[in-house]
Amino acid sequence: MAEKRIPKTLVENNKFCPGCGHGIINRVLAEVLEEMGLADMAIGSVAVGCACLMIDTFGTDWVQAPHGRAAAVASGIKRVRPENFVFTYQGDGDSLAIGFSETMYAAVRNENITVFIVNNGIFGMTGGQMAPTSLPGQRTTTSPAGKDPALAGQPLNIVNQMRQLPIGYLARGSVGSFKEIIRLKKYIKAAVTNQIEGNGYGLVEILSPCPTNWKMTMQGALDHMNDNVKKFFPTGEFIKEGVLTDA
Amino acid sequence: MTRAFMKGNHALAEAAIRAGMTFFGGYPITPQSEILEYLSGNLPKAGGTFVQAESELAGVNMVYGAAAAGHRAMTSSSGPGFSLLQEGISYIASAELPAVFVDVQRYGSGLGDIFQAQSDYYVATRGGGHGDYRMIAYAPASVQETVDLVGLAFDKAEEYRNPCLLLSDASIAQMMEPVVFPEKQECNPDHDWAVRGKRGGDFKKITSTMYYIENFDQYIHDKYATIQANEQRWENVQVEDAEVVLVAFGISARICKEAVSMARAEGIRLGLIRPVSIWPFPEKAFDEVSKDLRAYLTVELSALPRLRDDVMLATEMKTPVHHFLAGDTIPSSRTIVKQAVALLEK
Ligand SMILES: Cc1ncc(C[n+]2csc(CCOP(=O)(O)OP(=O)(O)O)c2C)c(N)n1
Ligand code: SF4
Repeated sequence: MAEKRIPKTLVENNKFCPGCGHGIINRVLAEVLEEMGLADMAIGSVAVGCACLMIDTFGTDWVQAPHGRAAAVASGIKRVRPENFVFTYQGDGDSLAIGFSETMYAAVRNENITVFIVNNGIFGMTGGQMAPTSLPGQRTTTSPAGKDPALAGQPLNIVNQMRQLPIGYLARGSVGSFKEIIRLKKYIKAAVTNQIEGNGYGLVEILSPCPTNWKMTMQGALDHMNDNVKKFFPTGEFIKEGVLTDA
Repeated sequence: MTRAFMKGNHALAEAAIRAGMTFFGGYPITPQSEILEYLSGNLPKAGGTFVQAESELAGVNMVYGAAAAGHRAMTSSSGPGFSLLQEGISYIASAELPAVFVDVQRYGSGLGDIFQAQSDYYVATRGGGHGDYRMIAYAPASVQETVDLVGLAFDKAEEYRNPCLLLSDASIAQMMEPVVFPEKQECNPDHDWAVRGKRGGDFKKITSTMYYIENFDQYIHDKYATIQANEQRWENVQVEDAEVVLVAFGISARICKEAVSMARAEGIRLGLIRPVSIWPFPEKAFDEVSKDLRAYLTVELSALPRLRDDVMLATEMKTPVHHFLAGDTIPSSRTIVKQAVALLEK
């Protein structure tokens, strides 16, 4: 019988909805931390949104920040405990709406932290309101007629914003297929290594489905992500070792 | 011990370094920017970290992170910036972490102006953030007292794992006085509650205590009741036989002290209660006043009475409580004596 190998860092079953991308990302992150021998030295900063469910199930030290401020909290931790691996795990609403300033300035200062942004194009936990990453025409509870870019703006692309900055590592991955998950793991490993080597700020944005609030089946949500979301948010590695790639 | 002649803001910053502060994150605003300026050079020299944050919101949340990691951390601000700190203060209180805050008050709501004032009394003593918390708050009346209270604030913050505030004002912050500093303390950040990675142990969560403390309401009630009972601080000046007792804190208390001497020389029985802790409010100070007391007079550098309300509460309004509001102008001691005499002539 095949052995079911679950990383020890996942101390309880996750609490995400069926078909949610967070569960996969949690697993990949836990694997990377364990493979790199960092699970015991990691301190995470999480705020609100569905990510905050991890505080009980993902067995690292956690500090729960106010909505949007995880990057500032992580900066404070890392500055006084440089020997630890310090990361944030945030939704797109958290990091790119209310926390845009904290997210950007941690990068401007090239803080030696690692930031994971889960882009599901919506505010999940609060019941499916429009996010800065919602696609044009996307129906949400606060854009019932579909997001109108003339009123709400085009989807915010954090990779494009960050490309201008002097940071160590920048990538966008996805949980859209098995192959993409393998690639995502490579990105996460590179981002973690970037901090351990002291190269400064690293960010991995991850495209993830929210079947619950997209009001889609699991397969429908995956298809939507692969067919539509990815057009606005191409995946790849954009900065490696502080140098822009041609991706 | 080191002696120096120093500006209030610089002395405050030096005192924080000597109290073992290893992290400061803040944002400039008059009249407290000299705290940042001083720390930007001197904190790194002492082995600590200074960050000029992009906003007060970022600064206070860096403090939250550093405090969660067990380090003595501080931020400082004034009026408009102090408003922005409230989100973080509520989180820090809720997570039961120690941290020290400074509000060098300036005049007015909104943008206001940079003159000295005492109108942040409510937000300092009631808490401007959401939820069930309180913050220990000290109001120094001299540069020396600023130095002494900064050290005490760090100790009390750690003892009760609660944020602690130093409520200063533009005049104390900008005046120069001789001061004596204590020796520098070294603090061990590896508290059992601090995050530092599991290191083979159990993992720790720093979040609102209401999520993991059973019977939270009772717990939080008892915590603050203990502080209320044990941490009242005040100075009473000739209240035992006074007919009028002034109540004032910080800079206005200094002038009131002078007014008491002036009045006494003229045979007028004036006294002073000077709250040093404005939360917990020193109710016990009022037990020492004379039976002949005819009125209290609060002296406040604000446009609306604030301290007056706490005196009414502490005394259950058994004696009339009057107020003298000086706005942003420092009143003369003569003016205050006149106000007191007018009450006696009523
Ligand atoms: C200051 C503040 N404003 C609003 C909220 C309510 N709130 C909780 S989660 C959330 C949105 C989270 O969305 P996102 O970061 O995209 O995460 P997701 O739930 O989609 O994973 C909001 C607005 C809050 N907790 N604090
Ligand atoms: S609401 Fe969406 S993001 Fe949140 S757990 Fe459910 S599927 Fe995942």
